[in-house]
Amino acid sequence: MFDFLDSGQYDLLGAFWVTAKLALYSALGSLVWGTALVAMRVSPVPLMRAFGTAYVNIVRNTPLTVVIVACSFGLDQTLGITLGGGRSEDIGFRLAILGLVAYTGTFVCEALRSGINTVPPGQAEAARALGLGFTQVLTLVVLPQAFRAVVAPLANVLIALTKNTTVAAAISAAEAAFLMKEMIENEADALFAVFAVFAFGFIVLTLPTGLLLGWAAKRLAVKR
Amino acid sequence: MSSVLYDTPGPRARRRNVVYTTVFLAVLALVAWWVLSALADKHQLDADKWSPFVTDSRVWTTYLLPGLVETLKAAALSILIALPLGAALGIGRLSDHRWVRVPVGVVVEFFRAIPVLLLMMFASAVYAEYTTVSSDFRPLYAVVTGLVLYNASVIAEVVRAGVLSLPRGQGDAAVALGMRKGQTMLYVLLPQAVTVMLPALVSQLVVIVKDTALGGALLGYAELLSQNRQITANYGANTIATFTVIALIYIVLNSLLTTLAGRLERRLRQGRKSPSVTLPAQAGATEVKSDAVSGA
Repeated sequence: MFDFLDSGQYDLLGAFWVTAKLALYSALGSLVWGTALVAMRVSPVPLMRAFGTAYVNIVRNTPLTVVIVACSFGLDQTLGITLGGGRSEDIGFRLAILGLVAYTGTFVCEALRSGINTVPPGQAEAARALGLGFTQVLTLVVLPQAFRAVVAPLANVLIALTKNTTVAAAISAAEAAFLMKEMIENEADALFAVFAVFAFGFIVLTLPTGLLLGWAAKRLAVKR
Repeated sequence: MSSVLYDTPGPRARRRNVVYTTVFLAVLALVAWWVLSALADKHQLDADKWSPFVTDSRVWTTYLLPGLVETLKAAALSILIALPLGAALGIGRLSDHRWVRVPVGVVVEFFRAIPVLLLMMFASAVYAEYTTVSSDFRPLYAVVTGLVLYNASVIAEVVRAGVLSLPRGQGDAAVALGMRKGQTMLYVLLPQAVTVMLPALVSQLVVIVKDTALGGALLGYAELLSQNRQITANYGANTIATFTVIALIYIVLNSLLTTLAGRLERRLRQGRKSPSVTLPAQAGATEVKSDAVSGA
């Protein structure tokens, strides 16, 4: 039943490695982009606040599939923006990261914003009383505490992101869901085995993330 | 909100803010100019690429509206099937019997850990291989099956959290009145939990609407997103215009649902006399889906 594993015809580990890389790069990117967005949303400059709010509300309500397919059809095929050229699957990989960062950043921003709300106002007031400016208040006092409060929500975002990397199959990045699509077509008689293998692969990717970050969330949470 | 983060701007801070605003505006304008000139270079801004959406009603009646109807159909079917199933799973997870609680827990955790796209592709292949569902309906069946399996398990967690959030006294009082376990759940706990869960359930609907687009991109389901191919083929490669319009439809639809969820949440919070919990609207979100983010 599981003979397709030995045939050497499919690069299962390779596909999951691409999935893992997609998740990792997108996670780092969306962490940076999400932090930048939340900084804009709480900043004293009204235009930046408006931009942050508008961006989050628009992108969060767009399906990720639309974002990623638009990256491929719009950027690559219409405008010729390939972020470096190469084979179509490499272009798909890079554009998928771009789409995932643009989309996931909004969820990171929302998580961080609720984290900022858990920091007692006295902390920011004390920082201001010491004469710190907005950037200092945010980066030295508020955000470090906010980050420690949102490890658990961010872990959920990361798990969702890992699952969302499968959407990259829509623009032929060679990750797990793309390989599964191909294998379902070729190995119709071993359908359940194929599904079991891929389901197992994703559980292996997401379960330790949840457990590890859940443990970290308890360790890091600010005791109040 | 966080005016606690900075002092009320004095004259110097106001001047600085004006500088920041100007710089930010310049950066935005630069990006916009770069994007627009790139679009203009590829003739994506030509009037004839955008005008069909205003002048030619056939774009709407032949492609966009039927696509939107398919999207809504899949979403409505999914939520209608997922709600009772999710409620059953959620109650099952709260059961006193270990032989019910543990298997249900395993099922819920399993389907929550699997990307919904994998479930859809698997369902599609199973329908093709083992059933006689005609190939016209197979994409719809596959999309709904995938969405039901995933969202029922998310809803199960929402239901469980909703029931657990009620004060202990509610269940105790029902037991003291001599109600059986089923009665306690059905007449006392669930009705109260539903109001707590309502915002989370509405925002789960947003996740479902967004995830139907997966069926269009990968399973050949004729929903809103998949219409871009026909439109760009028939109206002169107006890719950017088509994607803009399609994305706008999704954004308007989902913004309405998000606003509804937010309003419900505020309303429920006000209506409550004792300070109590309402599951936040994003609780089930996948996507970041959650895990709202789930969704995609």
